[in-house]
Amino acid sequence: MSTDLRDLYQEVILDHSKRPRNFKPLPGANRSAEGYNPLCGDRETVYLTLEGDRVRDVAFQGSGCAISTASASMMTERVKGMTKKDAEALFERFRALITGAGTPGGGPDLEKLEVFSGVREYPVRIKCATLPWHTLKAALNGEGKTVSTELSEGPPAESGGA
Amino acid sequence: MSTATRPTTPAPARTGYEVERIRRNFPILSRRVHGKPLVYLDNAASTQKPSAVLDVVKTFYENSYANVHRGVHALSVEASDAYEKARERARAFINAAEAREIVFVRGTTEGINLVAQTYGRANVHRGDEVVISALEHHSNIVPWQILCEEKGAKLRVAPIDERGQIRLEELEKLLSEKTRIVAVSHISNALGTANPIRRIVEMAHSHGIPVLVDGAQAVPRIPVDVRELDVDFYTFSGHKMYAPTGVGVLYAKAKLLEAMPPYQGGGDMISSVTFEKTTYNILPFKFEAGTPNIAGAVGLAAAIDYLSAIGMDAVEAHEDDLLSYATERISAIPGLTIIGTAEDKAAVLSFTLEGIHPHDIGTVLDREGIAVRTGHHCAQPVMDFFKIPATTRASFGLYNTRGEVDALVKGIGKVLEMFRT
Repeated sequence: MSTDLRDLYQEVILDHSKRPRNFKPLPGANRSAEGYNPLCGDRETVYLTLEGDRVRDVAFQGSGCAISTASASMMTERVKGMTKKDAEALFERFRALITGAGTPGGGPDLEKLEVFSGVREYPVRIKCATLPWHTLKAALNGEGKTVSTELSEGPPAESGGA
Repeated sequence: MSTATRPTTPAPARTGYEVERIRRNFPILSRRVHGKPLVYLDNAASTQKPSAVLDVVKTFYENSYANVHRGVHALSVEASDAYEKARERARAFINAAEAREIVFVRGTTEGINLVAQTYGRANVHRGDEVVISALEHHSNIVPWQILCEEKGAKLRVAPIDERGQIRLEELEKLLSEKTRIVAVSHISNALGTANPIRRIVEMAHSHGIPVLVDGAQAVPRIPVDVRELDVDFYTFSGHKMYAPTGVGVLYAKAKLLEAMPPYQGGGDMISSVTFEKTTYNILPFKFEAGTPNIAGAVGLAAAIDYLSAIGMDAVEAHEDDLLSYATERISAIPGLTIIGTAEDKAAVLSFTLEGIHPHDIGTVLDREGIAVRTGHHCAQPVMDFFKIPATTRASFGLYNTRGEVDALVKGIGKVLEMFRT
């Protein structure tokens, strides 16, 4: 296996993609949102139990590639217990990490999420990694609509041609 | 795994088809991608261009370029001559009766839109029906949806079976006195299914219904004779047949073209203009408003010459060999399912790998220098039918080899190594 592919598909990412954590419906969830990548057909739903401003519990379901599944899995582990504000600040840091933009100050550290740094070498895969986060953000803000990757950053994962 | 990594099978010596010599005609095929030799298996999306095409376009711009059908000067005459010769080459290639039945368009998508917006708008009315199949590319769905919505007409869809073949008996049931047109692909871009166009045309014509065929995948792969097929409209793209992007052909029977209103208004499509009344030009110029893709048409003619020199029968035989070899080899991979197993099939191989997403497959293969397409291939209804979000698609062209099939199989082995262990 070429070494640069291992930068993208790190062991932690492969592990989370094969055995996603918090991959289940969440009985008693008071918020949910659906994320959709129309270019590859990936769909995932993020469920939240929000208590005041704090994420008391979070889970997700759906189908996606290894990057989006691992991203969703690790995201749910990381944001459980966080305030809405911290979770959103973490998303900004995560987005900066994988797009190669400068890391914004403030907010929680990325910690284990640093394993996604390899994504920046694969621009067409950025949307795979951010889809769960966009979906989380929509759920946090109580937006009932489906979030589409086609309204977010990065070049399209594939063109509309044949 | 053992089956995926077994020793490669050498290509049989096939008389007359010198694939290595053909490969040398395509400069891009000698480049490396991520340090590996390029294995280009995305030909259903677009094909690479031989030097014969690239050189002709360059020479045309360097020596004979000017606008067409305009000036009395030498260059305009030369350019017009080259452009009209290209039309004649396209006519001969698909065996149309007359050159005026060949309308240059940007590609298949524009060809279908042209028919929907002219023939369709003139002939489809409230309560009428347009019949397509469940195999179609979005470009043979959406233009008809737009038309039907505007007119209050109904889009009817002939279903496919689990092998990815149009269910002809169901298609026939949809044909009625309400049907204004039947629009189907010759070869499916997502599954490779080759549709029985001659039979579909017979069925439709027995009800007096004209047929449009999306030939984008067929013209580069098999000999096409529009008069033998007796199709009313046939459209294809240059870029999928080793020609430049931005040029394609709409063939239509002259009788139909004459009765159709124009598509776009502008220069070249008129014979006289006053503020009171405009008289449209004769065929095919009535449908070619504005300065056309002149160099593209010249490049298309060069691609037609290139394909004709090899022979479409030889191209078809070569691709059939690649398809059967690739089918046999990848079928042996555990957990791999081929999507689209039509009896009559072109060299398009769509597949899924259990538990592994096509995007991950595509990324790993890319690092091996192998270009495949992953996604829904602009055919979401086909994906929905098979209840999958996406597939990985390897599509072959006239320059691909059995060795490249082996590289694909080896690449899939690497995918399994990473995601199955």
